[in-house]
Amino acid sequence: MALLEVDDIEVRYGAIRALKGVSFDVEEGEVVALLGANGAGKTTTQKTVSGMMRPALGEIRFDGERIDGVPAHTLIHRGICHVPEGRRVFPRMSVKENLEMGAFRFKRPDKQVLDHVMELFPRLQERITQFAGTLSGGEQQMLAIGRALMGKPRLLLLDEPSMGLAPLIVQQIFEIVREINGEGVTVLIVEQNAAQALALANRGYVLETGEVVLSGSGKDLLADDRVRAAYLGEEIA
Amino acid sequence: MHEFLNYVVLGLTRGSMYALIALGYTLVYGVLQLINFAHSEVFMSGAFGSYLVVNAVTHDGAHPAWYGVIGILVLGLGSGAAVGAAVAYGLERVAYRPLRRRGAPKLAFLISAIGASFFLSQLAGKLFNRLNNNDFPTYFNVNHHVVAVAGVTVSLVQAIIIVSALVMMLFLDTMVNRTKLGSSIRAVAEDAPTAALMGIDIDKTIARTFIIGGALAGAAGFLFGTAYFFSNTMGFIPGVKAFAAAVLGGIGNIRGAMLGGMLLGLIEVLLPTFPWWHATGLIGIQWTDVVAFLILVLILVLRPTGLLGEKLGRAA
Repeated sequence: MALLEVDDIEVRYGAIRALKGVSFDVEEGEVVALLGANGAGKTTTQKTVSGMMRPALGEIRFDGERIDGVPAHTLIHRGICHVPEGRRVFPRMSVKENLEMGAFRFKRPDKQVLDHVMELFPRLQERITQFAGTLSGGEQQMLAIGRALMGKPRLLLLDEPSMGLAPLIVQQIFEIVREINGEGVTVLIVEQNAAQALALANRGYVLETGEVVLSGSGKDLLADDRVRAAYLGEEIA
Repeated sequence: MHEFLNYVVLGLTRGSMYALIALGYTLVYGVLQLINFAHSEVFMSGAFGSYLVVNAVTHDGAHPAWYGVIGILVLGLGSGAAVGAAVAYGLERVAYRPLRRRGAPKLAFLISAIGASFFLSQLAGKLFNRLNNNDFPTYFNVNHHVVAVAGVTVSLVQAIIIVSALVMMLFLDTMVNRTKLGSSIRAVAEDAPTAALMGIDIDKTIARTFIIGGALAGAAGFLFGTAYFFSNTMGFIPGVKAFAAAVLGGIGNIRGAMLGGMLLGLIEVLLPTFPWWHATGLIGIQWTDVVAFLILVLILVLRPTGLLGEKLGRAA
């Protein structure tokens, strides 16, 4: 049984069907990438998994239990931690407070996890008392990931961690995601940066206008002509 | 000089009450970007609620010893706060939450608030026979001077109002900045969907925010009743002034509401009684309301984000 099973979900914004029956699964310990152009439904899929949106049809199971329609603030107690699109750190809270917010579900933040986050992101340690709103984009992304780790995730949802960041920073962040995954955290990552994401992912799904059009192992997708043409910007002879 | 200092004491007294009420406007605005225009009736309800409770244990003109005064004070503040909190929570559940669930436009919330406000004020009028300007019974000697130095006097009731308001504000400030409840309120104010991802129940946090703001306004209702009068329409003027105070300090900003309340109280008393034109006899203390609302207009025109800026809320 997969850790996360998404079964034919349909999500609507008013009259618009953003997801038209999306199915996929994520095994424990895997990194799975959701790829696709703007508006394909990647973010909506993640929001539905983390409980920010509720599917009109279909089922989502986590650890064998249905979680579709369970609100986000309860889902985090099962270990689903979502790093939302655009990072969404709390700008008028300090770095420290942001990290503590990530551990809100616990009585108090776990000191060991905090130390570990500081090891992963030494930059955050340097800026611990600063308002999160004053950090650079890359630092905010680190903070957003660190904040999610404070919630001790079993499944980490990452939405476009590379958005608007310099290539070097993107590299760093992907390395850290690999490290986090190495510690046993399952990762579902949404990316436009397909090359980076597929290099990291065990498997990937390609979404187009609310449907899964292609799926396979990271390697296979990287080699697939359609993926190369559409998302890696390569000319196919 | 002593006249000026007496006016300062008066200004601080009024300002303390404005600040307590203004906090309710600002807290709710922080989490909902909505002005709870029924908040003035929460204040009124607190005054009536505390009157009923305190009246049950003592009587007019009792003049107890100091520990009796403290007992009445604690009971009055506590019951005022409890009734204010209950009414504010009821407002959120009845007048606002159903609209939020439906994603109603802002105007609907405003109309709902006005309706709830009329309902509460008329209900109190009906229940209490529309007695206007009822004096709050004097359970202790409110005019007893606790300070009287060189013509400067601070009456017992003034001291009680200023000290208890300061204590409550200190308590609130600590709670918002240092407790988990406080951080959940700040998180919802900054970014509600992300706060939910952290495990914060948004609806519960909003309800708690109403309860805290309601408790402060209810306690202020008791203080106001003790110092001045109470009636079913007592909420209107202090309510609008507290709103002005919240805007003055920066709506959504907690310390701003405290500062705005105190400043508004001081300015509305000190400006019209300024010796220079006071001596001309043209304007005097009866101009306080004019000054207060002039300040509201000026701040909206010149610095709509208030003195300290809109800190708690998203709109920065």
